[in-house]
Amino acid sequence: MPEHEADGQLATPTHEVRDFLHRRREQIAQRWADEPLFRAVFTVSRDEAVEAGKVVVDALTQVADSEQVEDPDSAGFSAVREQLGRMGAARSRAGLSNTQVSSELAALRPPVENLLAADLQQAPPEHLRACSTVLTVLMGTLRLVAMQTALSEWQALSDRQRMQLLEVATPVIRLWDGIVAVPLIGTLDSARSQVVMETLLNAVVEEHARFAILDITGVPTVDSLVAQHLMKTVAAARLMGAECIVSGIRPAIAQTIVHLGLDLDVITRASLADALGYALHQLGADIVKPGAGQR
Amino acid sequence: MSDAYSGPVTGHVPVLRLGDVLLVTLQGDLHDSTAQQLQQDLAETVSRTGVRGVLIDISGVEIVDSFLGRVLAEIAAQAKLLAARTVVAGMRPAVAITLVELGLTLPGLGTALSTEAGMELLSQQAPSRPGGPRQESP
Repeated sequence: MPEHEADGQLATPTHEVRDFLHRRREQIAQRWADEPLFRAVFTVSRDEAVEAGKVVVDALTQVADSEQVEDPDSAGFSAVREQLGRMGAARSRAGLSNTQVSSELAALRPPVENLLAADLQQAPPEHLRACSTVLTVLMGTLRLVAMQTALSEWQALSDRQRMQLLEVATPVIRLWDGIVAVPLIGTLDSARSQVVMETLLNAVVEEHARFAILDITGVPTVDSLVAQHLMKTVAAARLMGAECIVSGIRPAIAQTIVHLGLDLDVITRASLADALGYALHQLGADIVKPGAGQR
Repeated sequence: MSDAYSGPVTGHVPVLRLGDVLLVTLQGDLHDSTAQQLQQDLAETVSRTGVRGVLIDISGVEIVDSFLGRVLAEIAAQAKLLAARTVVAGMRPAVAITLVELGLTLPGLGTALSTEAGMELLSQQAPSRPGGPRQESP
């Protein structure tokens, strides 16, 4: 860029942007505070929004200084990652989709660009264009960083919930002396069926259960994989000397099982009550209405 | 066969006769040769004494492999040929899971939660022929 050097005062576009950000820190933060993203997150006071904006501008300045404007892992961003994540989380809690949050982040760019254009009125047009490109890239990277942070938070949340589901969803209930039941709720995958099998078998030992009822009323669909998991549990319980009864097979699921040609080699009953009745009968304890047994 | 460690029993597993039933208690890990010896002993004893049932208590067994699973299935099959019924009692959950994962569901084998439940099962079914209808109470 010989003509720039000829002017004697023009820096490289990245450094120009860095100096501009540093110089206009206050104004940029003020304008951002009026944007929907900052207004909606920092509802208490405008000063707070301005302060948060300044932190972001400082981070951008640092990134421009390191000349790694395209790198979302640039050291400058690490300082604002948490704040951006908080802002993103606050917006999605308010019911905004990822796309809407992303476009709100995009809306932060025009005010800064206008300021830059006003600042560089005297500069040659191609220099202004170069600076503007650098600024656009920088803001794009900022947007990427914010979305990355939000995504990783959602990921952590869903992991946590998956773990909770594993812990919560497998209670073993003692229905009677020697009869235990597991109400299965939700889709059975390998990890869950493993947990179900272990808890059920341990309960069989602890309760000296001769009958174990697997109630699948809460299982939305039964495919060949789920059936295989069920049969494994049934076989393991049988090896331990307990008989398994599968109950709560809804009509639609019964149809599916027949259509898939699955062979459920196990005692089945329509409802948990029927299964309990069968198990009690096998244990030699029938349910009789009061008075009926007196005659 | 190396006998470097002393834990598991080697040689014969005691076979006890209780009336009409043979009782075998397995403790700890079983050598392959011991398992085979047991299979042979059981075949001979059942044939000699003409008992109606064989009860194998495996509550002391922590680990099974496919070999022991097969030996159990073979014991059941040979006992059935000699008109005796085999019941395995007291299997641990981990052992049950292992056998199922190995694909050994031991279909010919009776199972019971405890030795007591196993004796009850054998005494119930002893008089009836295998495959017959459920026995009516006297």
